[in-house]
Amino acid sequence: MEVAKLTDVTRVYKIGEVETRALNGVSITIGSGEFTSLVGPSGSGKTTLLQLIGCLDQPTSGRVVINGKETTNLNRNQRADLRKGTIGFVFQFFALIPTLTAYENVEMPLLLNGKNPAERKHRVMELLEAVDLMDRVHHRPDQLSGGQQQRVAVARALATNPTMILADEPTANLDTTNGEQIMDIMKKLNHETGVTFVFATHDPRVIKHANRVVTLQDGLITNDSNTNGKS
Amino acid sequence: MLNYFKIAYRNLGRHRRRSILSGLALAMGTALLMFIAAFFQGEMRSSMETTLRLNTGHIQVQDADYDPDKLSVAWEYLIENPQQAVVQIEALEQVQTATPRLMASGIVSVLDESIGVQIMGIVPDSEANDPYRDGLVSGEFLTADDREGILIGYPLAESLGLEVGDQLTLLVNTSDGDVDEQNFRVRGVFSTGTSAYDKGIVFLPLAKAQAFSGAENHASMIFILLHDREQADAVADAIQGEGYQVKTWSEMNELLVLVNDFSNAYLMIINLIVLGVTATVIINTLLMSVFERTREIGILTAIGMKGRQIIALFLAEASLLALGGIAFGSLMGWALSAYFGKVGIYFGDLGISGDMLLQDRIYPYLTFDSAVNLMITAFIITVLASIYPARMASRMEPVEALHGSN
Repeated sequence: MEVAKLTDVTRVYKIGEVETRALNGVSITIGSGEFTSLVGPSGSGKTTLLQLIGCLDQPTSGRVVINGKETTNLNRNQRADLRKGTIGFVFQFFALIPTLTAYENVEMPLLLNGKNPAERKHRVMELLEAVDLMDRVHHRPDQLSGGQQQRVAVARALATNPTMILADEPTANLDTTNGEQIMDIMKKLNHETGVTFVFATHDPRVIKHANRVVTLQDGLITNDSNTNGKS
Repeated sequence: MLNYFKIAYRNLGRHRRRSILSGLALAMGTALLMFIAAFFQGEMRSSMETTLRLNTGHIQVQDADYDPDKLSVAWEYLIENPQQAVVQIEALEQVQTATPRLMASGIVSVLDESIGVQIMGIVPDSEANDPYRDGLVSGEFLTADDREGILIGYPLAESLGLEVGDQLTLLVNTSDGDVDEQNFRVRGVFSTGTSAYDKGIVFLPLAKAQAFSGAENHASMIFILLHDREQADAVADAIQGEGYQVKTWSEMNELLVLVNDFSNAYLMIINLIVLGVTATVIINTLLMSVFERTREIGILTAIGMKGRQIIALFLAEASLLALGGIAFGSLMGWALSAYFGKVGIYFGDLGISGDMLLQDRIYPYLTFDSAVNLMITAFIITVLASIYPARMASRMEPVEALHGSN
């Protein structure tokens, strides 16, 4: 089953009179349960592609279909609704709300989805246990290490049981141990829950876990290969 | 909803000093406006009470041709046998008291000094004269059969160097157009707290004033006080009669009524100016907050927060800021108003006399309605001011916001 299908997608950024073609007619299909890495040098278009899959941005031309739903003509709120229910995000920077505790950060997407307090509490505790942060439940981000913050971000991304989690350079700011730990957690969740993971990365530690590696260069897909994904 | 306020509260705590300063700006504005409102109301209340109590009463019955500006005691402008009408008027249940008064113009002379005054002939026992009786500074009040005594105001006594028991010469324009003069002895000195009024009026017993001015059995007016001044129109309608004019306090004090009616509009304009300035402080605080939290807004948008929810988040912050600032400011404003409401603010003789009397000391008076109106207005303006930064935050594209500064 396809969770994302992009057809002939182009994304052009215009800054003043200068046009930059970040993606140039890319087509890609992401299947359910994949653990896919988008790789390539800086400026190759992998983050842009990730943002289009995540409905954070809209293509200049081409079609983006998420879970069978055409997204090209959705307005800002409709895209927010789509993201809220089906897509989780993990960013390179530890993208937590600094005033909220680990518990509250994970709870936030559940609040936005209108879950009741009992459901929220059960789900948040389940996820914090899954990322091994039960002893940091009521800590704020500035009281957590980088690795712990990124684990909270993973827990938050999974909160609403999304079909797909998009991670942009999730290990870039982590040391080797924490980077490995994050990848192990994500791989484990991929196996256990079947949630699809798509990474934009050039970190070999991430790539070695992937079972599909898509290489981009100058806004084009230059290689798309299946690997075993050592885990 | 509760969660928005929880997050908003914590966000305000990030830059505690900035939040406190913004709240203080609002608090100072609110306190200042509350005190201004109390001052205005105190001034208007005092002016209304003083003017009605001393000058016009709630209703006056005059001869149809009487002109209060001329103070003529010619019989054709006066009411004959006023006591009959007084008895009938006092029978009305809305009437607190009614009393005849004779107004004449005169000059007080002591040695080589002379001052022009109004001479008011009064029925000393009438409770309408309580402001003068209660305001006796020295001496005693007049009695109906006193033929030599005169009551003068404290500022007049001061300027002429008169004390109780001293003699003065009073000249009066009589009913036949002549001038008569007679010596009187100062029986008492009074102060109503309104210097402009006290320095220009002297009192004689009505019978003496009538005899002295040649008005005989006539009065310039029947001065009426009601239990409730709002009943003035109804009472005036009940005592209309041929050859008389019945004037209510609102007809006699058009300027005062106008100023009173407009005082709320003045206050609203002052409120809008001051709150407009404080609103810019709030806008500035929230704009800084939006710029600082661009990436955070991007994260919230990415996880599915909609534009209206981001607006709600910033409105919650503004509401908390407003509630804190307004509560503290209201407390300060109330305390200021209460303190000065007790001790008063001394202005002295502002030189205002005639249609609108003002006491020398103004006592701020804060009404519940005006305090609540101000608090609601301040809250609404603050929240409205926050809409601009809130909308700015809500319109950020997630991709651009995520790349913004943290």
